Amino acid sequence: MTALDSLRETFRRDQVFDFMRQGTRPVLPGQVDAGKNILYLEDITVSFDGFKALNDLTLYIKTGELRCIIGPNGAGKSTMMDVITGKTRPDSGTCFFGQTLDLTRMSETDIATAGIGRKFQKPTVFPEHTAFENLELAMNAPKGAWHSLFSQLSGEQRDWIEQTLATVGLLDDRDKVAGLLSHGQKQWLEIGMVLMQKPQLLLVDEPIAGMTRQEVERTGELLKSLAGEHSVVVVEHDMEFIRSIASTVTVLHQGSVLAEGTMQQVQNDPKVIEVYLGE
Amino acid sequence: MRHSTFKTALTDRTARHFIGVLFAATLLAVLCNQLFPADSALHVSSYTITLMGKYLCYALLALALDLVWGYCGILSLGHGAFFALGGYAMGMYLMRQIGDRGVYGNPTLPDFMVFLNWKELPWYWHGVDHFWFAALLILLVPGLLAFVFGWLAFRSRVTGVYLSIITQALTYALMLAFFRNELGFGGNNGLTDFKDLLGFSLQADSTRVGLLIASAVALAVAFVLCRWITGSKLGRVVLAVRDAESRARFVGYRTEHYKLWVFTVSAILAGIAGALYVPQVGIINPGEFSPLNSIELVVWVAVGGRATLYGAVIGAIVVNYGKTVFTGLMPEAWLFALGGLFVLVTVFMPQGLTGVVQQNWPKLKARLSRNTDQETSNDCA
Repeated sequence: MTALDSLRETFRRDQVFDFMRQGTRPVLPGQVDAGKNILYLEDITVSFDGFKALNDLTLYIKTGELRCIIGPNGAGKSTMMDVITGKTRPDSGTCFFGQTLDLTRMSETDIATAGIGRKFQKPTVFPEHTAFENLELAMNAPKGAWHSLFSQLSGEQRDWIEQTLATVGLLDDRDKVAGLLSHGQKQWLEIGMVLMQKPQLLLVDEPIAGMTRQEVERTGELLKSLAGEHSVVVVEHDMEFIRSIASTVTVLHQGSVLAEGTMQQVQNDPKVIEVYLGE
Repeated sequence: MRHSTFKTALTDRTARHFIGVLFAATLLAVLCNQLFPADSALHVSSYTITLMGKYLCYALLALALDLVWGYCGILSLGHGAFFALGGYAMGMYLMRQIGDRGVYGNPTLPDFMVFLNWKELPWYWHGVDHFWFAALLILLVPGLLAFVFGWLAFRSRVTGVYLSIITQALTYALMLAFFRNELGFGGNNGLTDFKDLLGFSLQADSTRVGLLIASAVALAVAFVLCRWITGSKLGRVVLAVRDAESRARFVGYRTEHYKLWVFTVSAILAGIAGALYVPQVGIINPGEFSPLNSIELVVWVAVGGRATLYGAVIGAIVVNYGKTVFTGLMPEAWLFALGGLFVLVTVFMPQGLTGVVQQNWPKLKARLSRNTDQETSNDCA
């Protein structure tokens, strides 16, 4: 690019400078400016060694909705989560949280603090800490090192942690080391940790893997109760589970959206049937 | 669960026991040294006093490593560098205290500079004749190096074996640098021939006793400090970083800041240990930067048991006592013994000595109480 080109690029007449745009939208750093939609993914492409894990993916999540995302293995579900949480950077495309927060430029920590909580596919808790401590660490509180050295739990915070323990059914195991919890309990503990972050958007990756039937039911109820106040995105394989909780379902295939709609619509979509059942 | 403040860390049971045993042993040695005449069976020689002081400095160094390795999972193979830097800062102060009592009798230039035909003091040697300034250097130089090094390493997310290798490279590079005469730290001879510290002669028994007590106090304070850190929320975050760093990041912690914090604090503690060590052994030379020293240090902590704090202290004292005895008996075999020890501990006692005791403690306790029960029943009969 010549100097003239870069000069023109700098002074493009159809755009304003970033600092001017912030002046017109007074948003505090880290605060989400959510309108109708809370998450905007547009034309996201991610490729690993030539394989396109995401291929021009465009997806919007409405504020307060519970969205289920399904798709065969390798459809790009987890990669999409990675892009949203900053673990993977897209090759192209934009990814906005609310109207103003450009997730492709933020670190994992910044994204978490801005209000996106994630439950991983494989439950990842802090194995040497008790359930209570796990929630304490996840709590939405100042996260600086010096602050942590002097911080003491207040009574309210203690109550809040206990409330969350009750919500995820771990009150009896509060002092148990997380590494010793059962697989299902770990899943719940992780959901609890995400809740303690007070996120506006929850990304929940395969929440019911390894759970018994009753546990699955309770998880479904929990997720449904979270929608409204939070926006929830659930990635799952289990069709029955999705039918029991979902209002809107998005089907991913080969890195882009194949179909979107209610479970009924999606199931009757010939493209979806073809992908899932073969020709 | 502990929610430590400095006060609770000072008064909790582990800290009280630790400080109690440490001060009792120190006091006993000091009293036996001062009260009994040299030919008495109960006399503790000044040599032993200095040896104990040396062990306590090693223990403080091991404590510093345990904080980063045991709790934060950063295996530093270059912690000897911070120890040596603290030592050099103290050595510079002691050199300036010699004054005109050196071999060449030059009132400002240390002997090695006269020998190298230097005409004036390099700029970085100014000010170290004041103890407060040297003390500041002891804290700042290792701390600053750790801060800059850690900032670069942790920000680029260098972890695991790669981090260990570059810490090893750090101490090796410093060793090579300090070997050079041009650097102005005495080259391969280092700094030695010290006369006195704060006006007290280093050859005097009372000074040696004083240094032992100072080392014990420093170790006790550092222990309480580490208990406070590991018991606070910061300690729990650090442990979380060790076990599941990416989870900690997704929860919203800047893990690199936490690692940097702990690494720097640990380096400062190591520097203090080095500064207390140098006046007791009477010399500091580039050999202290040798990678071997840092690896030995890791063995102490591994033998004692990681992530317990007192385990590191026990490990440092046990292994160094073993070294003292062993090198007296068959010096050439010590390195083999050390290597063998490391292999044995890693394979058979991954939790170290303290781990073995902790695992068997319930059984031991049961047996002890059964024995006492029997004794009491025998007594009754």
